[in-house]
Amino acid sequence: MGTQNPSAACACHDFNRTEALRRSAARPGQGLPAIEPGMPTPAGTGLSRRGFLLGSAGLALSVYGAGRILDPSRFEEGIALAAEASNQPVIVSVYLQGGIDAMSVLYPAGDPLYGKYRPVLGLSAEAGPAFTEDPRLHWHPKAAALAQLHGEGKVGVMPAVGYTDPDQSHFTSRHYWEVGATQADLRSGWLGRYLDIAGTADNPLQGLCLDESLQPALATTRVPVATIEKPSSYAFWARDVWGPPQEIMYDYFDSLGRIGAGARDAEMAKAGNAALMSSTLRRQLLPFQSEGSSGSPAGYPSSTDDFPSRMASIAQLLGAGLPLQCVSVSTQSVFDTHESQVKPLETGLEEVSQTLLAFQRDLERRGLADRVLTLVWSEFGRRAQENASAGTDHGAAGCAFVIGTRSAGRMIGEWPGLAGGLDELGNIRATADFRGLYCSIIEQWLGHEAAPIIPGAAGFARPVVVR
Amino acid sequence: MYKGHFGKAQAERLLWRAGFGPKPGQASRLARLGMRGAVLSLTRPHSRRLVGPAPVLENGQPIAPYDAWGNDVLWWLDRMVRTNSPLIERMTLIWHDWFATSNETVNSQRLMIAQNQTQRKLCLGSFPRMLKAMTTDPAMLMWLSGAGSTKEAPNENYAREMQELFTLGVDNGYTEHDVREHARALTGWTNTWNNATGQAENFRFEPKLHDDGVKVIYGQRGRFGWTDSISLVLSHRNHPGHFVTRLWSYFCPEPLPASHQRAAEHLYLSSGRQIRPVVEAMLMHPLIHSGPRMVKPPIVQIAGMLRAIGRHIDTDAWVWESSLVGQTPFYPPNVAGWEADRWLNTGTWLARFNLTAQMIDDSRKITAPKVKPAKPARVKPSALTRRALAFWGNPTIGQATIRALNSYAKSAAVDAASADWEREQYPLLAEGALRALVTASPDYQTS
Repeated sequence: MGTQNPSAACACHDFNRTEALRRSAARPGQGLPAIEPGMPTPAGTGLSRRGFLLGSAGLALSVYGAGRILDPSRFEEGIALAAEASNQPVIVSVYLQGGIDAMSVLYPAGDPLYGKYRPVLGLSAEAGPAFTEDPRLHWHPKAAALAQLHGEGKVGVMPAVGYTDPDQSHFTSRHYWEVGATQADLRSGWLGRYLDIAGTADNPLQGLCLDESLQPALATTRVPVATIEKPSSYAFWARDVWGPPQEIMYDYFDSLGRIGAGARDAEMAKAGNAALMSSTLRRQLLPFQSEGSSGSPAGYPSSTDDFPSRMASIAQLLGAGLPLQCVSVSTQSVFDTHESQVKPLETGLEEVSQTLLAFQRDLERRGLADRVLTLVWSEFGRRAQENASAGTDHGAAGCAFVIGTRSAGRMIGEWPGLAGGLDELGNIRATADFRGLYCSIIEQWLGHEAAPIIPGAAGFARPVVVR
Repeated sequence: MYKGHFGKAQAERLLWRAGFGPKPGQASRLARLGMRGAVLSLTRPHSRRLVGPAPVLENGQPIAPYDAWGNDVLWWLDRMVRTNSPLIERMTLIWHDWFATSNETVNSQRLMIAQNQTQRKLCLGSFPRMLKAMTTDPAMLMWLSGAGSTKEAPNENYAREMQELFTLGVDNGYTEHDVREHARALTGWTNTWNNATGQAENFRFEPKLHDDGVKVIYGQRGRFGWTDSISLVLSHRNHPGHFVTRLWSYFCPEPLPASHQRAAEHLYLSSGRQIRPVVEAMLMHPLIHSGPRMVKPPIVQIAGMLRAIGRHIDTDAWVWESSLVGQTPFYPPNVAGWEADRWLNTGTWLARFNLTAQMIDDSRKITAPKVKPAKPARVKPSALTRRALAFWGNPTIGQATIRALNSYAKSAAVDAASADWEREQYPLLAEGALRALVTASPDYQTS
């Protein structure tokens, strides 16, 4: 299919759980829906899929339940106001789908047990550039672009980030990362809660997701956020309709939307909200229509998927002065490499690394680099021992990166080593906690207290992430 | 059981929930059967025929479902459009979502269609039979790494999803240990690779690859094999609850009341885990007929629009359109299937809006009257709205929306037109816009 990705390797991903989604009725304005009442929740995780629901009209979800009917003109005003003061720091969250194999991205060629755990998948020490902060580790050759940025002091590397009592379900573990806590019942995202405090009621672009649907990290309970696939492709058309009848038609998106949004019926409201937000977005993105182009933008790697162009769009939107604060995007490459992982991992990793480098260069060219910090993460790493299908199964600690000219550029945590660094299931133990990372980003980068945003914030060590 | 009025509007909703919307006149005909008769006509169809011309591409050539890109999608969409037993196709779509398998990984349209035919054949029969068939289905064996999972290296993929998604629900009464033990029980399936075609073939069970040791699953010990694995999970006390909840979720966004949920679980068990009796009871439930509305799944809406305008498959545009609206059959996003509560967002709403333009081929364009009147006729806005609604087979649309459409018609066709040519042209343009606005309305996006 046109939008499919050749590097999608395997299928067990449960990150977006349909079933629960379907079971639940979105509760606009109330963030993520609760675990459904009838579902037994055994000790431990007990996470219902419903917890993952992010509302159809993701963006719409948060706004209207607060009992207000959307007035798009108010958004435009809010955005204009916010744009005037747009020197705020921006955090870009890049999600590597499926649990990337950290032991391939930074492979421990210098670990005496590496060959034992990775007899087929293992790479030789010469294959990839050395990781200068730990002689045991090497960058995967396809991560050379990341290594280059690291050499410039712009990448803070977390070689084994995770949490205690790791969960091996994509769904559950991703949920934890998205909400910023190992809590099954938390219904808003960590960036969403930041925006609820620091954002405004009239600027949906403050939390922007470039995807088909909103990433849960941006789920707010109070303020609006938005999602868009690609700014340049947002064009409506009706056959043989032009001139004033066409312009007036656009105005009626709002009339139809209000009828739905004001209905008692939850699904009518969803459809109405989708119309209203689409209409608002159409107006906001009109200036970008002419910039539309197919294929990857200059400087970005060519790809069959939208990841590079979405990253380019972020730079473009920021360059245009739009008041983005928290942005999320996920790779279309899927790193859930249960079998024959070499090729798909190479393809995906290369695209991601080159895109991140291109994005950084793009920001630097536009003079925006000091305002943007990029966090790259995945729901878990993979098991140390490769499986018999030349792949790897779900593991525990994985890797994450904090990229930017303002990134401290220093390793956070450490590689625990294969001797003694594995848990009883043979998974890599975390040497840094993602919640501590979030606290640091909130405090050091966004300039806000983490306590009201990250549950149990006081208990986490704060690594230095920003210089 | 629903006791209220069962008229055209109710029949129309039933056809959207349990099928792909009405063909012209179909809702009224169905309404005459009464609620019960209508449901039974869907669950026990007399025939399973496809009515109308076979699918073709733009060049007039027949489709090649096994071989040509996207033609698998067209093959199924055609069935949705032409079927006279819509529930069969809808149930097949439900099972495709339930056991979501993507050709992205399987990489064989032939295997995907074979799986689809199995799901169609078993769609209202026994769930244990369905689970057995899916567990050993070649596409599934490829998709969830069942093929090649051996005694030496059991792969947990299928074992996990069988419990998490297909039968019990996430973390609903099983442990990581159970996942690993099920994985052992399920070992032994394999296939050969055809060097000439690069395709997987000859899927089979090889006893020598199977781990015949003792396993402990849900506290029970035994030398379990794959059929035991299935029996164990189907006998799990949490399975009926999961089955009913998930099945119901396809028909209605509001959960069943607890007592009805229990009754449905009981019906499921007492019928010997049959699907049809549960579906029949569900489709007769008051929440279906007088409960909340439900956003139409994208592919259901595409098929329904085609049914309404009487268009058959004559282009492969529907393949990429289905991708834009967020649901390409045979390509679910992951093993959990589509995220049905996230159908609508700013991206898919755009795509749904633009669908109308694609639906209107040359033969359905709005054209000026052949004989030009001496001076432009007086335009009645409500007449333009009526014509646009009639184009879509007169779907049930709320009064507030009708008023908004009429208001648009007046602004665009009357108020905006001053010059003579504008008074001639704008009504035609407005009628075109109204066709799109009808399907963009919250009333039409839901059923």
